[in-house]
Amino acid sequence: LIRFPPHFPFSLLFLPTSPFVWYPLWSIIAFDELRTDFKNPIDQGNPRERLKNIERICCLLRKLVVPEYSIHGLFCLMFLCAAEWVTLGLNIPLLFYHLWRYFHRPADGSEVMYDAVSIMNADILNYCQKESWCKLAFYLLSFFYYLYSMVYTLVSF
Amino acid sequence: MSAPAESPHPAASARISPKLGGATASGAATPAGPGPAPHQQNGPAQSQMQVPSGYGVHPQNYIAPSGHYPQGPGKMTSLPLDSQCGDYYSGLYTVPTQNVVTPNTANQQPGAQHMYGRGPSAPHIVGSTPGSFQGATSPTLHLHTSAAQRYSHFVNHYSSPAMYSANSSVASQGFPSTCAHYAMSTVSTAAYPSVSYPSLPAGDPYGQQMFTSQNAPTVRPLRENSFSDHSTAISHPSPLPPPPSHQYHQPQSLSGCSTLSWSASGLPSTQHNIVRNHTGSLATANSNSTNTVTDSLSCPVMQNVQPLKSSPVVSTVLSGASSTRTPPAANRPVEPVASVTQPSELLQQKGVDSSSTTSSASPMPNSYDALEGGSYPDMLSSSASSPAPDPAPEPDPAPAPAPASSAPQPSKMTKPFGYGYPTLQPGYQNATAPPNSGVPPSSPGYSGFQPYAQQYPGMNQLSSGLGGLSLQSSPQPESLRPINLTQERNILPVTPVWAPVPNLNLDLKKLNCSPDSFRCTLTNIPQTQALLNKAKLPLGLLLHPFRDLTQLPVITSNTIVRCRSCRTYINPFVSFIDQRRWKCNLCYRVNDVPEEFMYNPLTRSYGEPHKRPEVQNSTVEFIASSDYMLRPPQPAVYLFVLDVSHNAVEAGYLTILCQSLLENLDKLPGDSRTRIGFMTFDSTIHFYNLQEGLSQPQMLIVSDIDDVFLPTPDSLLVNLYESKELIKDLLNALPNMFTNTRETHSALGPALQAAFKLMSPTGGRVSVFQTQLPSLGAGLLQSREDPNQRSSTKVVQHLGPATDFYKKLALDCSGQQTAVDLFLLSSQYSDLASLACMSKYSAGCIYYYPSFHYTHNPSQAEKLQKDLKRYLTRKIGFEAVMRIRCTKGLSMHTFHGNFFVRSTDLLSLANINPDAGFAVQLSIEENLTDTSLVCFQTALLYTSSKGERRIRVHTLCLPVVSSLADVYAGVDVQAAICLLANMAVDRSVSSSLSDARDALVNAVVDSLSAYGSMVSNLQHSALIAPSSLKLFPLYVLALLKQKAFRTGTSTRLDDRVYAMCQIKCQPLVHLMKMIHPNLYRIDRLTDEGAIHVNDKVVPQPPLQKLSAEKLTREGAFLMDCGSVFYIWIGKSCDNHFIEDVLGYPNFASIPQKMTHLPELDTLSSERARSFITWLRDNRPLSPILHVVKDESPAKTEFFQHLIEDRTEAAFSYYEFLLHIQHQICK
Repeated sequence: LIRFPPHFPFSLLFLPTSPFVWYPLWSIIAFDELRTDFKNPIDQGNPRERLKNIERICCLLRKLVVPEYSIHGLFCLMFLCAAEWVTLGLNIPLLFYHLWRYFHRPADGSEVMYDAVSIMNADILNYCQKESWCKLAFYLLSFFYYLYSMVYTLVSF
Repeated sequence: MSAPAESPHPAASARISPKLGGATASGAATPAGPGPAPHQQNGPAQSQMQVPSGYGVHPQNYIAPSGHYPQGPGKMTSLPLDSQCGDYYSGLYTVPTQNVVTPNTANQQPGAQHMYGRGPSAPHIVGSTPGSFQGATSPTLHLHTSAAQRYSHFVNHYSSPAMYSANSSVASQGFPSTCAHYAMSTVSTAAYPSVSYPSLPAGDPYGQQMFTSQNAPTVRPLRENSFSDHSTAISHPSPLPPPPSHQYHQPQSLSGCSTLSWSASGLPSTQHNIVRNHTGSLATANSNSTNTVTDSLSCPVMQNVQPLKSSPVVSTVLSGASSTRTPPAANRPVEPVASVTQPSELLQQKGVDSSSTTSSASPMPNSYDALEGGSYPDMLSSSASSPAPDPAPEPDPAPAPAPASSAPQPSKMTKPFGYGYPTLQPGYQNATAPPNSGVPPSSPGYSGFQPYAQQYPGMNQLSSGLGGLSLQSSPQPESLRPINLTQERNILPVTPVWAPVPNLNLDLKKLNCSPDSFRCTLTNIPQTQALLNKAKLPLGLLLHPFRDLTQLPVITSNTIVRCRSCRTYINPFVSFIDQRRWKCNLCYRVNDVPEEFMYNPLTRSYGEPHKRPEVQNSTVEFIASSDYMLRPPQPAVYLFVLDVSHNAVEAGYLTILCQSLLENLDKLPGDSRTRIGFMTFDSTIHFYNLQEGLSQPQMLIVSDIDDVFLPTPDSLLVNLYESKELIKDLLNALPNMFTNTRETHSALGPALQAAFKLMSPTGGRVSVFQTQLPSLGAGLLQSREDPNQRSSTKVVQHLGPATDFYKKLALDCSGQQTAVDLFLLSSQYSDLASLACMSKYSAGCIYYYPSFHYTHNPSQAEKLQKDLKRYLTRKIGFEAVMRIRCTKGLSMHTFHGNFFVRSTDLLSLANINPDAGFAVQLSIEENLTDTSLVCFQTALLYTSSKGERRIRVHTLCLPVVSSLADVYAGVDVQAAICLLANMAVDRSVSSSLSDARDALVNAVVDSLSAYGSMVSNLQHSALIAPSSLKLFPLYVLALLKQKAFRTGTSTRLDDRVYAMCQIKCQPLVHLMKMIHPNLYRIDRLTDEGAIHVNDKVVPQPPLQKLSAEKLTREGAFLMDCGSVFYIWIGKSCDNHFIEDVLGYPNFASIPQKMTHLPELDTLSSERARSFITWLRDNRPLSPILHVVKDESPAKTEFFQHLIEDRTEAAFSYYEFLLHIQHQICK
């Protein structure tokens, strides 16, 4: 069994964590774009463009899902290996949430989440948006927590 | 590949020049050489043949007539073609590769031809010559009416826009009404914030009297002036008639009952009592002298005017209109109809088409042409549409309500309800109250807010004193009367359930949108989300925005006045701050009144913006300017994609389809640009070149289904009128062309892709006829149904689509303004769950005919025929968008229906049809404490089939309440059930069926227990529901036993999915019939309570509850399930009845399958038939009739609709109640 130095995960994770924060941020921006339907006097944007836009955004969002979830999973794995129980404990709920979200996706079709036909329903959109904000907060906090832990371990090392 | 129109495919493009045809075809096949495999023939070569019937068997036939080539597109060299064909056929039996099919046309089906003879049928004329039809056309209209389901009186309407616009820019026929409004404007503004409750004496909750009585004198003269002014000013005959009808209609239809109750409430209670005890006619007599005076004043004027100027039709209209005192929907038994009206009128009135709508009976087929003009047959006489609420009508209703109230109401309430919650039947009794004399209804329109606001104190007190003290000697609103469900045996009212009328003041009520187009589950909107949560009731809207209407003000105006910040259209519920400014009722922004709006074209007066038709009608239609177009309005384009595989040919639907098309070709909605095209497919895709100038239709076959392209993109969709002969030829030939096919595969996916390519330049409607699982190419599906699981009580799987191919295709189509309508005529499982996606997201509609066969299953064939007739001729709107706005503080989430949600409040509808319904769920985001009214506005922007851009706007206004009791008092149980059904469908797809079922049960349990805890003074052991909710458990039980949600009973997956699709996209009226069928006993029909429709007496038997206990062996019963009628004949049914109605001597001789009632010349037969016809006329899709003998095997189908009874798998109603009670106590 490989024995990591205690500060290993933090130093390792510090770098990837900062871009990691961007995932929910991107989602938030994307949802915001979905929500703002330019209110032109015509009452209808160009349907074609608008539809394409929605599909594009959904497509982008779907692309973000797997990297985010897998990276987070990787984190948890590392914490596990490093026996960072507290940190792991903090992350476990999110891990389970991700697993649930991924496997409990809408029954229709093969598309993971962010289905273009239903995303515009306000309740789904609201849910996704809220989810993104929460995650953003969580990632930000954990970012500082990791930073603090890293500095702490480095100092105490 | 082969993208857009211009350069479809190398081969194909070459082929466009006919001369190159054959040669290139072979060339195109080159990649693998002219091989035998069908897919190698990329290019459609064209051959031609004379005898289509034979070709399937003998490939040689094709080659034989090669002499005819010159006729064809190509003077092809026969050589390559020969070889090609030879190869092809050697490999593949029947499929004719490239043939120019010469359908043996004209002679084959002479029948088809004569249809055209009828040709330019009435509506057509009307459409083409607006304005001229007065006398001449209307008679012709009569000719064709019998078949039409909907009637509109107002032929004239069509012309009205034009005429009006001639006079002025505004087209609608509003009457100047309530002139006094404006005078009160200052009051209104002040009052609007609803601060001013206290200003009235507490004893009088409905402050109107004070106002109105004061204003009355001034109002009346004004009105009359304007009236006469109007009539004289406009010399056109046509525009005039409508207004009166409007006026008269509206009081009764919408506000009729409730309105009165409001005004009545103001009366001293003594009067109430008197009235209560009298029959309707008496009540009218009682009504105040002032009323009658106004009545007489206004009535004569109108009546005189109209007969003079209008054609026969119109005059009937008139009488119908004036008679409108008849309940708008015939369902209300109108017995001794207003004694006031003359007998002749009486008949006319009864011409009222029942379905809660038309009070107008004119023979206009419900077809586009007439409709487009703005005369909308089949609409309700809703107050919504009344252009200008003339003050006069208000008092008028006096007679009207009376009849209504006189309706036999078993569940007669003992208490008087001065309170205005006429939710259910009993509520109508309020109407008995004499219209208050003191209340000239013309209470100032805009000051209306004040009186309105003032009713609240009363209301609150009422609710607080729920136990029964009330101001006006009305203990509590009827809708709040607690009912012990377990002890109430006959919970179902004897007459159809009506939509509750929002508890608004008189004027707003009058102006409010008709419940047929726009309904909210709670007619009293709770003030906060917390309150809503406490009530545990679903909050949402049910829309039927594109309903066929008989009267619709159409407004042509340069500027369409809208709020500058939220873009709300100006509507009756805005407030005018002064002459030049109005305040939006949705976002409260103050806007300027544009100069043009100051001029009222109806009165030709200046400075009366509040009298414009936009402000007098909650349902209006604007002719949109070019600002509302992204591109020139598209023409009507119809593409038919037909399955011609062996299975399809076997089922024989082609004959029916082609026949219907031939019959209705001239009635297809559209203008001179209308285009039409046909495609057929089995394992290959066949296109038909119908280009004008060809001597016969050419069939082009594309066998490369992996990469579909359009052989001749320009000539596949052709102008209907230019190529009519070719189209007829094709339609005559089509049923016989594939008779010998042995191709069993179905390449639906590729055919749809091709259809999409064909339609994308214009958009339009694609009608897909499919008979089996698609088995080739993209979008192929596997059978997912396990027949053993059909009656499983546990898990029902595969309710969602198997592939997202159809969904993506639908989205593409939606982006190109193309809707896909699916007709599934299958004998086995066809995975409707997947296929339905093509219609769901492209705003199409879905029709399903299980086990369709044209000879073995004649009833389905007949249904298809009738459905097609409606489908082909009904109105259609293209490239539509619908935006729903609501007052700030409310927000919409989750839409239900067939559409694509393009934005949080915008639905993208490639097509809109009059049979489409929608539902929206609402939530309350901000407290509505500072407002007493909330409004919802639906704006549907569409391109009519005539190429006009139009906006139809509906506005609904509802009061806000702060107490839980009021929320319960305002529940619209039918709307709530329909919304719940929609939500349950979503739930069962996204989660599971059992979840959805649990959620439905929980909805009842939660709401009833919430109510129970509210009325804590009552004993807890009983299951108590407010009267407004008394049908809730019954309906939920009905839902649980519905095909969509039932478990334990064998249900085919497709049937289940279809039921779900219907729940999602049917409008409320039809959905309710599907959920809870109506049962009538018909062996003892009498004329008691009968209504008169078109000179026919239509008996109105009472509703029976859906339980076998009601089925006596001696009786015969009719069950109306919306899309199907059952007539159940008891074993020992009276032989007289069987003989007189069914035409058989006794019970034993009735055949097992009987789908028609013979036309016998007996009284009982006449009654039964007129009743059934009347029921049928009320709905768009003509239901089929099954006569079910007591012993026949078909009776299970009948019995499964008896939802109050117990089945092996489900509770009886009583058990269900006990179950709920148990859950509540838990």
